[in-house]
Amino acid sequence: MHRRRVAAGLAGALLASFALALYFGDYPVGLPEIVRSLLSPITGHADKGVDFIVLQVRLPRAILAVLSGAAFALSGITFQTLLRNPLASPDIIGIAHGASAAAVFCIIVLGWSGLAVSFGAFAGALLTALAIYLLAWRGGINAFRVVLIGIGVAAMLVAAISYLFTRARLNEVQQAMAWLVGSLNASRPGDVLVLGAAMLVLVPLMATFIRGLDAIELGDDTARALGARVELARLGLMLVAVGLAAFATAAVGPVGFVAFVSGPLARNLLRGAGRGFLHAALVGSLVMLVSDLVAQHSLPSVQLPVGVVTGACGALFLLWLLVASGRSGRVN
Amino acid sequence: MRARRAARLALGLLALCGALVAIVVLSLATGARAIPIEAVWAALTAFDPTSSEHRIIWDLRLPRTVTGVMVGAALGLAGAVLQGATRNPLADPSILGIHAGASLAVVLGVALLGMTQLTSYVWLAFTGAGAAMLVVYSVASLGRDGATPVKLALAGAAITAVLHAIINAMLLTSPRTLDEVRFWQVGSLSGRTLDIVIQVAPFLALGTVLALGSARLLDGLSLGDDVARSLGQRIGLSRGLAALAAVILAGASTAAAGPIAFVGLTVPHVARAITGPGYRWILPYSMLLAPILLLGADIVGRIIAPPGEVQVGIVTAFLGAPFFIALVRRRKLAAL
Repeated sequence: MHRRRVAAGLAGALLASFALALYFGDYPVGLPEIVRSLLSPITGHADKGVDFIVLQVRLPRAILAVLSGAAFALSGITFQTLLRNPLASPDIIGIAHGASAAAVFCIIVLGWSGLAVSFGAFAGALLTALAIYLLAWRGGINAFRVVLIGIGVAAMLVAAISYLFTRARLNEVQQAMAWLVGSLNASRPGDVLVLGAAMLVLVPLMATFIRGLDAIELGDDTARALGARVELARLGLMLVAVGLAAFATAAVGPVGFVAFVSGPLARNLLRGAGRGFLHAALVGSLVMLVSDLVAQHSLPSVQLPVGVVTGACGALFLLWLLVASGRSGRVN
Repeated sequence: MRARRAARLALGLLALCGALVAIVVLSLATGARAIPIEAVWAALTAFDPTSSEHRIIWDLRLPRTVTGVMVGAALGLAGAVLQGATRNPLADPSILGIHAGASLAVVLGVALLGMTQLTSYVWLAFTGAGAAMLVVYSVASLGRDGATPVKLALAGAAITAVLHAIINAMLLTSPRTLDEVRFWQVGSLSGRTLDIVIQVAPFLALGTVLALGSARLLDGLSLGDDVARSLGQRIGLSRGLAALAAVILAGASTAAAGPIAFVGLTVPHVARAITGPGYRWILPYSMLLAPILLLGADIVGRIIAPPGEVQVGIVTAFLGAPFFIALVRRRKLAAL
């Protein structure tokens, strides 16, 4: 019962923010016009100016925010659940850094732009995840070891990015920098299609693998006793989670902290009533959408990238977690 | 048995001193233009202002090498002290937010005050590092059980994220600042002058004295808070003193060379592997090992990609990270 109420509340908030995202902007469009424009493919109504603003600019951006937020969140909560450690989200253990380093390499050394950069980022994330997995494998996977090795790999990748920055022209550095912070400012319909298609495949896959999770959550020993199917579910979930993180990063850049905060926030709302993958996805979408609204409209004349807002908010969340856990006398 | 061990460790320290001298000479001799050892010696003992080789040694390589020795020693000590004070094997100036604080201060100085001189970075970086560590420590102290190791590390990560969000916003809106700091931010020893060395030297000296003096306190803390308390040690005071030493050392070294990660993290682990537990030996070993690593990395960076050079901060990351990963793989996690 509680689960449903939380999910309904989150979905309502998400819908309201979505409407706000279509409504707000430099060019004022009234609600009736928005509805008319959204229905225009069916009704045949056409007001070129309004349609362009709503269908070509604001709608793709809002959809991309919802999709990427959900993808980051699902990836994060999967890692956190599998490794039983809140620090083990892809933006902290170096997978996002792999995508970043690959993208900066594509922009600065290969001179790519647009969707090509996204595919480079995707490959980078996959390779990094594979490297971390192999390095952390020692007759099994241990959460603490994954986090530590991820931090080490991330440091190397950051150094590589810094090196590329010192070797490039200033405008290339600026372009790479904007990508690095994570932004929806340049969302293209192509990004929406690629990410949407990927999620259409990955999310159902994830749902089937999640059933194997119950055994994993009982602890490594119990899980081992249950045998190979658990290992398979674990590996499958890991791959799906990497895929989600990689596609989302490829589409919008390594937006910080969304993967990290969504799972714990959802669990907090649920107060122990279940695992909450769906709730985490809703939280992720909501965080992304609201952060982007703030980033777009908080400063006059400047469009901040969404990553600046999520970085600040995510850090505040981490601080709150610290204070709250200090009060209750335990950490995590 | 104990005396033999002490003698062995003291001998090891002497050997490290020798290695440090050797690498200093190597650092003076290598570069875009290799200079024979005899010429290095002649430049140091009988300076001839008309000789271009002598000028290179005195104007470029000597300040660079001295900076490397000082920054290296400071980073090694800072890392060891932080790891001891927080009982956290992952403690490092970059993980506890000190580097990010220094970076933000420099970025603000460049963006808002238009500072462009390395010598003016010194004071900015120092202030920022100190402020960040203070904030991290206060935040970690919130709540009932005070600044535990886990909370310190988490608070450091959180503050670092906030600071980086602000830094990124500044850099994105000000191309001039981005151009100015992208070289400093990497961590480098090139282009340092004796002015900078002289400015940070007093801070480094103070920090070194404080750090070496806290060895006994760190040994007490390493037994665990309860044991240390029952032995009559004032834990908060010990931890605060050690943190102060680390901030002074890390802040001043960041000011001089930019944020160099991984030296403070890895060197104390190597030192501990040689000496065993016991900060009376770990601290001096770290203090000698770190500049050897840093100068070695700097030399590699100078010859690896001619005609340019790879900044030392990048070389240390590429040397330090695999080492760190190997360490994590090899050791029992309980021992971390």
